[in-house]
Amino acid sequence: MSYNPPMTAALGARHSALVRVTHWITALAFVALLVTGGEILLSHPRFYWGETGNVLTRPLFQLPLPSSRDMVVTGYGYVLPDQNGWSRYLHFEAAWVAVLTGLVYVISGLMGGHFRRNLLPGRGYPFWTVEDAQSYSVLQRTAYLLVVFVLFPLVVWTGLAMSPAMASVFPAAVAVLGGQQSARTIHFFVSILLAIFLLIHVAMVWIAGFRARVGAMITGRAGAGMERV
Amino acid sequence: MNGISRRKLLAGGLGGAAGLVTADRLARRYGLIPPDGGGIYGPGETLTYAAQRLLTRHSMAREFARSQISNPPFANEVAPMGEVFHRLQKEAFAGWRLAVDGMVARPASFALDQLRGFPRRSQITHLACEEGWSYIAEWTGVPLAYILKITGALPQARYVVYRSIQSDWWDSVDMADALHPQTILAMWMNGGPLPVEFGGPLRLRVPRQLGYKSVKYITGLTVTDNLKRFGKGLGSASPEGGYAWYAGI
Repeated sequence: MSYNPPMTAALGARHSALVRVTHWITALAFVALLVTGGEILLSHPRFYWGETGNVLTRPLFQLPLPSSRDMVVTGYGYVLPDQNGWSRYLHFEAAWVAVLTGLVYVISGLMGGHFRRNLLPGRGYPFWTVEDAQSYSVLQRTAYLLVVFVLFPLVVWTGLAMSPAMASVFPAAVAVLGGQQSARTIHFFVSILLAIFLLIHVAMVWIAGFRARVGAMITGRAGAGMERV
Repeated sequence: MNGISRRKLLAGGLGGAAGLVTADRLARRYGLIPPDGGGIYGPGETLTYAAQRLLTRHSMAREFARSQISNPPFANEVAPMGEVFHRLQKEAFAGWRLAVDGMVARPASFALDQLRGFPRRSQITHLACEEGWSYIAEWTGVPLAYILKITGALPQARYVVYRSIQSDWWDSVDMADALHPQTILAMWMNGGPLPVEFGGPLRLRVPRQLGYKSVKYITGLTVTDNLKRFGKGLGSASPEGGYAWYAGI
């Protein structure tokens, strides 16, 4: 494979230091949120719409998973060990890390023109490509903006809407969602969308050249790692 | 460009660290560090508790219409009750007492009948379990603030520890929740006496926190300025079992 110096090389790094640092912190926090979120979910793998829901009420749907609580009838002949304690502690800590890192990323991205320059879809970019050594395609740009400005805020909002303390301060933020159980259900679906994004993101990095792309996100150099491929 | 952004990052990091030290000092002074604020999950817990305390100082838990009451409500499993409880239950809890001690001017012990004669508050609130399920019910009882007033809680008091007749269950709330008008010692539910499976005859309801803070079968309150002396010093039995002391989430 020949190595062509990318056009952006003259302008500097493929990814700025701020983007690289916030990317990896967010990645770590998100994996922690996914794992612990899944664990918390296992204590009650049933979902409802409205304000309330419990094993006496009809669920919107129930996931075909074993539960870590014996009161949930799952059809499995066993109850999983309860790991909610540390999962909850880590879920909320990782949420803080993700939110604070996200704020730094979004504020600096808005001020420094990162979104306008690197993520705003425009006519000059190809609609679809997995080659992102120089720039992203329209589809990639749209996906990133959707994650940063729609899915991420929505998962934070629905997460906070489940908090009885936050509901006491912003009751309208719960009512708009349809109630606290609705918030939990939306939180679940948005998390699924974010997990799908993560899978596609990693798959595309793999196709585009895992070492080169991951290298670029670590060192900032567009062709990092390419030399050794 | 890379050098500049790296320098910026370093400066930002140092500034952030200095900010953290200042924030920690301020949080300590204003009592915004939870008793389980140590260890690897301490920073997250502290951020949650501090942020929500600043926001919720005077906020009221949502109250619902009578039509929204869950029918039937869901009673969570409880550990088998001991012999003492069964003996009290046989006499319709006539011998049930609530002891109040610690930093109060007039330590007292109230019989259930006395508590029933105190001013009442009724509220239709949501009870959400950390597991994910929830229900809405009407709870009626005497505000904890009233008990603290008549026993003369001292101004230095910072927490109220509450104990269940189930010896491994105890918890505590800070004064913001202890004096909150919706924090009540519930004795009635949905218009009738509070059923045993819902914590009867006496349950503390803290509606701005998750269900596990609303401990069932309350027999004692201790007003204190320091939680270090109770259990492992983490504020309640919950952190000893791995769950956060503050459950406003």
